[in-house]
Amino acid sequence: MTKIESKIPEGPLAQKWTNYKNNQKLVNPANKRKIDIIVVGTGLAGASAAASLAEMGFKVKNFTIQDSPRRAHSIAAQGGINAAKNYPNDGDSVYRLFFDTIKGGDYRSREANVYRLAEVSNSIIDQCVAQGVPFAREYGGYLANRSFGGAQVSRTFYARGQTGQQLLLGAYQALMRQVNEGNVDLHTRTELVEIVIVEGKARGIITRNLITGKLERHFGHAVVIATGGYGNTFFLSTNAMGSNGSAAWKAYQNGAYFANPAYVQIHPTCIPVHGEFQSKLTLMSESLRNDGRIWVPKKKEDAEAIRAGKLKPTAIAEEDRDYYLERRYPAFGNLVPRDVASRAAKERCDAGYGVGATGLAVYLDFKDAIDRLGRDAIEARYGNLFQMYEKIVDENPYETPMMIYPAIHYTMGGLWVDYELQTNIPGLFAIGEANFSDHGANRLGASALMQGLADGYFVLPFTIQNYLADDIRTPRMSTDLPEFEEKEKMVKEKFEKLLSIKGEHSVDHIHKELGHVMWDFVGMARNKEGLQKALDRILEIKKEFWTNVRIPGKADGINLELEKAGRLADFIEIGELMARDALNREESSGGHFREEYQTEEGEALRRDDEFAYVSCWEYKGDDKEPVLNKEELKFEFVELKTRNYK
Amino acid sequence: MEKTINLKLKVWRQDGPKAKGHFETYEVKNISTDSSFLEMMDVLNEQLIQEGKEPVAFDHDCREGICGMCSMYINGHAHGPDEDVTTCQLHMRKFKDGETVTVEPWRSAGFPIIKDLMVNRNAFDQIIAAGGYVSVGTGGVPDANAIPISKEDADEAMDAASCIGCGACVATCKNGSAMLFVSAKVSQLALLPQGKVERARRAKRMVAKMDELGFGSCTNTGACEVECPKGVSITNIARMNREYLMAKFKD
Repeated sequence: MTKIESKIPEGPLAQKWTNYKNNQKLVNPANKRKIDIIVVGTGLAGASAAASLAEMGFKVKNFTIQDSPRRAHSIAAQGGINAAKNYPNDGDSVYRLFFDTIKGGDYRSREANVYRLAEVSNSIIDQCVAQGVPFAREYGGYLANRSFGGAQVSRTFYARGQTGQQLLLGAYQALMRQVNEGNVDLHTRTELVEIVIVEGKARGIITRNLITGKLERHFGHAVVIATGGYGNTFFLSTNAMGSNGSAAWKAYQNGAYFANPAYVQIHPTCIPVHGEFQSKLTLMSESLRNDGRIWVPKKKEDAEAIRAGKLKPTAIAEEDRDYYLERRYPAFGNLVPRDVASRAAKERCDAGYGVGATGLAVYLDFKDAIDRLGRDAIEARYGNLFQMYEKIVDENPYETPMMIYPAIHYTMGGLWVDYELQTNIPGLFAIGEANFSDHGANRLGASALMQGLADGYFVLPFTIQNYLADDIRTPRMSTDLPEFEEKEKMVKEKFEKLLSIKGEHSVDHIHKELGHVMWDFVGMARNKEGLQKALDRILEIKKEFWTNVRIPGKADGINLELEKAGRLADFIEIGELMARDALNREESSGGHFREEYQTEEGEALRRDDEFAYVSCWEYKGDDKEPVLNKEELKFEFVELKTRNYK
Repeated sequence: MEKTINLKLKVWRQDGPKAKGHFETYEVKNISTDSSFLEMMDVLNEQLIQEGKEPVAFDHDCREGICGMCSMYINGHAHGPDEDVTTCQLHMRKFKDGETVTVEPWRSAGFPIIKDLMVNRNAFDQIIAAGGYVSVGTGGVPDANAIPISKEDADEAMDAASCIGCGACVATCKNGSAMLFVSAKVSQLALLPQGKVERARRAKRMVAKMDELGFGSCTNTGACEVECPKGVSITNIARMNREYLMAKFKD
């Protein structure tokens, strides 16, 4: 088995990052100008990295599939961003943020990475304020905080319910300043379709111009993947329609390890599914759990009457309501981590207490908060979310409880990276949601924004230099090299093949089929039999796709169906690897719940003696089984414990 | 409760920027009133694919009203007949069974059509690149609480910053003016101490870029504010005019 080298620096936990920075190699300003860095993606991680690298003097080429960097799906993050500022003086510290993140991730992440994340979290808030991000403030003029799941302190900074938007616009504006100064060459409506490896190192990418259809070659001394997660494997998710796992998948197919693909986050507070034409699921921010109380009827007959439309939730007496999170987890109550809250909702609905027309919904009720604080206070905190809910569901959440149900939201798994955020392919880096590094088996709320910006502003710009310092004598390469030629030819043939199938089913039709299989067997609760069935079904879907997909039009010019088909081809394979990883991991940890491994009370049962490792899957060729490598997780500073939110 | 409706759609089809466009009429049936407008368009496209025709090209992404990508001009209104929503959050319960619905792209000199309902809004990026930021690099900044900012200013800056860059304001304006978009960014940054340092330079550069890119001038009709899905106020335009004049006086 290949040895996995995570390159964790020596020294005590709190000194590791400082030690690293003191000893890493740097690139001098004159040499920076001679080095090209490709950054794929313009979300929080991509935009912040591209801007920071360009400010330092590197020549950056930045790519996005959207018409503008500002559209990246980071924009949709609602609730907030964590930092260990301890402004509210409620006992927070870098160590506590580190500890909460390790514990929230169910002890499946690397200590050193998570500590570094907590350590740089404070600089992110400083940076964003300096950029003019309008964070919420108290009357005294100082920054406001709120609480999120999995924490007993208030460490979340926010800009109404649009925190992701404001942070992304901050990073986008920093990026556009560099575009204006000529340091970033920005390519919009351009999709990565292959990665070019020259003599074992990542040296470029092949892209497809989504307007002209033209394939283009780009050289970079290093390539950074910042393209987000693969949640859309499930078709229905809170991800944007265009969010996809293809760039990460190309990295995998070129030899980069794919780590922990089974770790998927199911967000407990989404608007429930309404019908077969539904295209996406809308999240209701976790911050709502600060003031909303989650319940279902105590009596089955009440739940049945509600489903039949004969009873209204407001008519159910207090003593007939089951506030099941407060009942099961008195210490954290409605603020338990996402995986715990999601499973508890599924448990109640499966037991027959679910509400809504489908029975797949629970209530999130603001009545007590409105009685206590007044409607205006609730409107000030969550006004835009309430408005969004009303537009979608056509019910007024100030008057009747919201209905929510879990949905696929975030993928903790992703490209394996070492402490320097480098994959096992030299020169290929992965940042933000695209890597696996910091969230273990479950991500805490308000930590995605923190990690994306930590990687982009404060980690990668240092660590990438340690690699590039050895590359200052490498001149820019010609894209006429056979390595580029060969990859471009491969892509061209793939698109031609897809277009030549001319089958019966649209891309979306097949994608929905895949989504159903994933949700039923690789979703919130998994078991051996189901996962084996999923693997069989996914193979059938793969065959169906490659023999029966219908893509109108041609490869030249705009072809939205062809774009979707290329992404679906990869989603099918990602789904297969997710099921394979879930089957291998015979324990329950965080977002991965195996029904065979639970306590008598139905809580996740981790098996640290056998599974305290990162699964690093290695590609061996299409139709060949991938090889599992393991990075053992060593816990030197925290003690492995069963998570307890009771 | 869920209902379904049938609709006749008149959709703008145009092969490319230089091609001549025309309306095509389609029928869609059994559309759930709980669906969004874009989900209805998905049904239409599925139907076209089954008929061996090319689906309608339109921009969309997050489908929760925040990315600013969706951009349809429906029955004479940017983002359609509902208030305070983007096209993706417009729901079919706002339409009547049997109704004819006209769907067009944004039409403005600043936003050339790419194909069907897709337009090129690159001009907005160029305006931001001209000065829509605080010129601060990564690192070396003071503690976030070093400069208190009054809650009123922070809230007002947030109101302006909530612009999603969709371009409904430009599409709605009879002059094709981008004043609401530009003024929202100028206002946000002028209201905050971090942005005050370069307020004059910013206002001048952003306005100059806007003029250069062929957007029309503002005649205070206020139509932009009415159609803005995020309720960005035209008081921002007044503030930008002050910022701009002050900057020019200094010269």
